[in-house]
Amino acid sequence: MSNEITISVNGKSETHTVEGRELLVDFLRERLSLTGTHVGCDTSSCGACTIHMNGQAVKSCSILAAQADGAEVTTIEGLASNGALHPLQEGFNEEHGLQCGFCTPGIIMTAADFLQNNSNPTEHEIREALEGNFCRCTGYHNIVKSIQYAAKKMNA
Amino acid sequence: MEKRKEIFPFGIPGHNLSEIEREIPNDEPPAWPVNDQLKEVGKRVNRIDARAKVTGEAKYTSDMKLSGMLYAKFLRSNIPHGSITSIDTSEAEKVPGVHGIHIITKNKEDGMVGNEYPEIKYVGQPIAGVAAESLSIAKDAVAMIKIEYDPKSFVIDLEEAMLPDAPLVFKEPIQRQEDGGDVGVVHDGSKGQGNLRGPTTSSFYGGPRGDLEKGFAEADVMVENTYRTQVHTHMPLETHGVVIDWKPEEMLVYASTQNTAGVRNELANYFELPKSQVRVICDFMGGGFGAKHSAGSFGPMAAILSKKTKRPVWLMIDRKEEHLAEGNRPSSIQTLKIGAKRDGTLTAIQQKSHGTAGVALGAGVGRIAQILYDCPNFKTEQYDVLTHAGPGAAWRAPGNVQGAFGVEQAIDELAEKLKMDPLALRDKIDKSEVRKVERSRGAELFGWSNRKPAGSASGIIKKGMGVAQSCWPRFVTLNSSIEVRILNDGSVEVRGSVQDIGTGTKTILAQVVAEELGLKTTDITVRIGDTLFPDGPGSGGSVVTQSITPPARNAAYEAKMKLFNQIATKWETEASKLEAVDGFIIHKDDRSKKIPFKEALRGMRTSQISVTASRSNDYGGFQQPWGLAYGDLGSVQFAEVSVNTNTGFVKVDRVVAAHSCGRPLNMSQLESQVNGGVIQGISYALYENRVMDKGTGHFMNANVDQYKVPYSMEIPEIEVIIVEEYGALSSTDAYGIGEPANIATAVAIANAVYNAIGVRIYEIPITPASILKALNKIYE
Ligand code: FES
Ligand code: FES
Repeated sequence: MSNEITISVNGKSETHTVEGRELLVDFLRERLSLTGTHVGCDTSSCGACTIHMNGQAVKSCSILAAQADGAEVTTIEGLASNGALHPLQEGFNEEHGLQCGFCTPGIIMTAADFLQNNSNPTEHEIREALEGNFCRCTGYHNIVKSIQYAAKKMNA
Repeated sequence: MEKRKEIFPFGIPGHNLSEIEREIPNDEPPAWPVNDQLKEVGKRVNRIDARAKVTGEAKYTSDMKLSGMLYAKFLRSNIPHGSITSIDTSEAEKVPGVHGIHIITKNKEDGMVGNEYPEIKYVGQPIAGVAAESLSIAKDAVAMIKIEYDPKSFVIDLEEAMLPDAPLVFKEPIQRQEDGGDVGVVHDGSKGQGNLRGPTTSSFYGGPRGDLEKGFAEADVMVENTYRTQVHTHMPLETHGVVIDWKPEEMLVYASTQNTAGVRNELANYFELPKSQVRVICDFMGGGFGAKHSAGSFGPMAAILSKKTKRPVWLMIDRKEEHLAEGNRPSSIQTLKIGAKRDGTLTAIQQKSHGTAGVALGAGVGRIAQILYDCPNFKTEQYDVLTHAGPGAAWRAPGNVQGAFGVEQAIDELAEKLKMDPLALRDKIDKSEVRKVERSRGAELFGWSNRKPAGSASGIIKKGMGVAQSCWPRFVTLNSSIEVRILNDGSVEVRGSVQDIGTGTKTILAQVVAEELGLKTTDITVRIGDTLFPDGPGSGGSVVTQSITPPARNAAYEAKMKLFNQIATKWETEASKLEAVDGFIIHKDDRSKKIPFKEALRGMRTSQISVTASRSNDYGGFQQPWGLAYGDLGSVQFAEVSVNTNTGFVKVDRVVAAHSCGRPLNMSQLESQVNGGVIQGISYALYENRVMDKGTGHFMNANVDQYKVPYSMEIPEIEVIIVEEYGALSSTDAYGIGEPANIATAVAIANAVYNAIGVRIYEIPITPASILKALNKIYE
């Protein structure tokens, strides 16, 4: 079964014929070469594949491409505007919020959605917001600091 | 090589810092002072590759896309033991989009009889691979391969595998395992009976010593117990895999690996190609923790499929395959007997251990027992027990994490019997100067003096404090080289095969070279993880920093001196009169005479100065015939826990981790690595466990949702103390911290749990059930 779908990805309209079983994450990675969205599991547990769909953080490994027909999608590649890093991207750089960086795009996308709804979060709220994102390397502390850095900057 | 004398900082600032004279090769740079007098080194410099990682531009192996690339998928066994009687790929071949199928057969050299397929020895063993136009097509085709087995009885449980009539995993002697196991020990798979291999009676520091009987006879106090640790897997967020393009002139390999040069050697060897015709690249990789040193079975499979199809082949394994087949930390059952005099002096240590690395070897745990404390009489016997389960692999401080879990609890028990504070006992029996400093600085920050007697906490939620120590050898890979190029537009490039597995190797190389050239870290371009460039070390055993930063500094120094020679001629002076600081080259005697670094290069005779340097012996000449590892790095970790005595739930509230790594190069990166090591230790102590079904031989939680790992909410407060410690051993005098960060955490937690509830738990993971059992609230 194939469907023609149109998804707006990082502001660009993309029309493709996809198989019914094609996952959104594969659509982004394979068809559009947006490989900043990573895959770390097959049980929607790790959050490495997190993107924004219609402004909300979702795990793109648990959504079919066809389900995203007509949606607006933002990936990590679309977060910086005009070459200026998003405060979260800056924060992860400044606060060493990463090691291998494989979890980073997903965590940044989760955090970006979270900060939209809670611009002045407590540390506990940040940790709760990250419950769907796994990081094997860093111990999460610097990730939390990176998000605090961004919150501060966005409020300034 | 001509030598000269240099004075180096020596010792621990704030404790016993002094100076020492060393003879060093003439072409190596002058001694650096301690960190607070340096500009780039030792500072909290941002990672030079962070931008690529936060924007999604960083390309990991799984992101590689080459033109005409096919996607490959493994077919793996779903029985734990047996032989394959037939494989029928005819239906799979017909699937549109399938381009190649390869079935793994036994090598002729194996002298096999009657059956061309290797015997199946664990669930998840690779059998065949399919390359197709998409991953879904490859998966479809794999599902259509018909396979018939002749199943045989199998054994999963370590203790059952030791019984005389247990099904045998290997009938023949097996080779030592290259990748994994206790450090520095050759595991001899030919000794032993049934599924038992060993014993190994030595560790990295030699064999048994003294006279056990005499030692125990002299003891006033004795501790004897059995400690058990589980199997857990590495779970790097990026799985293992490669993308291989086997072209007629070269095999090009993108690999998610901790060792580009090692993978190149392995593939060249496997396919009998000259090393010069295999190129391995790893620009970014998503974690390894010891499991990603080799080409595995995916390397040869992708290469063969690429050769067959004449197209590049992508072969990344999935999460389940990762758990099943690509490494784990072997389990252990360790019996320890320790004797001591009334004042704490140790008189004898006896260790006996069994562990299983599944179908592999490497379950030894002996080093910590052997080396951490002074004890004249010592003996260890370590056995590998083969089982029908996926192979173990090196896992961050192999052998030491398990070993520490036994030893450091036994020392805690000894302290209690002697009515001594656990730190005071360690002050008595531990000869390490750096751990002494770590104990005192750590205890103060942690508030150790507030610790209460074991089990004295009241209420339902009981708090407890524990401490544990570790050590790790300063391994150096002498075959470590790196190239520094200064180009005539003023740019500087560092090139090597050494890879950055996420710890920050690119950044520390840039810092070291920048410091030497008087530039900023951000001025340096680092191109590593490519075997086109000089061979560097594998990222394992915490060897990278000490192996590759000295040659990087030395190469930068030599390149700088070449540049100085050219300038000196123009300025009619001598190269030794010049120095490079703050982006300028300056005449030391007449500081008004200076030229910006960039400008100086414009006048160069050639368009680049290129120097390749290699790691030499440590200053002081500590190289041994077998290699180089002079002295140990030390660490002391403190943990505070809350134990809910109604639910059995343990929460780690706080960890203070005090570590040494010679001259620290980048505090932020070091702290991040220690944080990571600590959470992996917490995870090992409380959550992670490979659950095997004894009836089917299947790994039941081979995923991310049921295989329990900590997320952001499970993380305690972590405070890191890095003790600067100068040994005057190389031009950077810096060491890695990856392994040490992970060794002491689990046992510090176990000691803290004991302190909280007054009952000792001898087995990890410490689950709510094990707490409630220990408190006699539930029964088996
Ligand atoms: S890949 Fe989507 S949650 Fe893991
Ligand atoms: S930085 Fe490696 S998984 Fe998060």
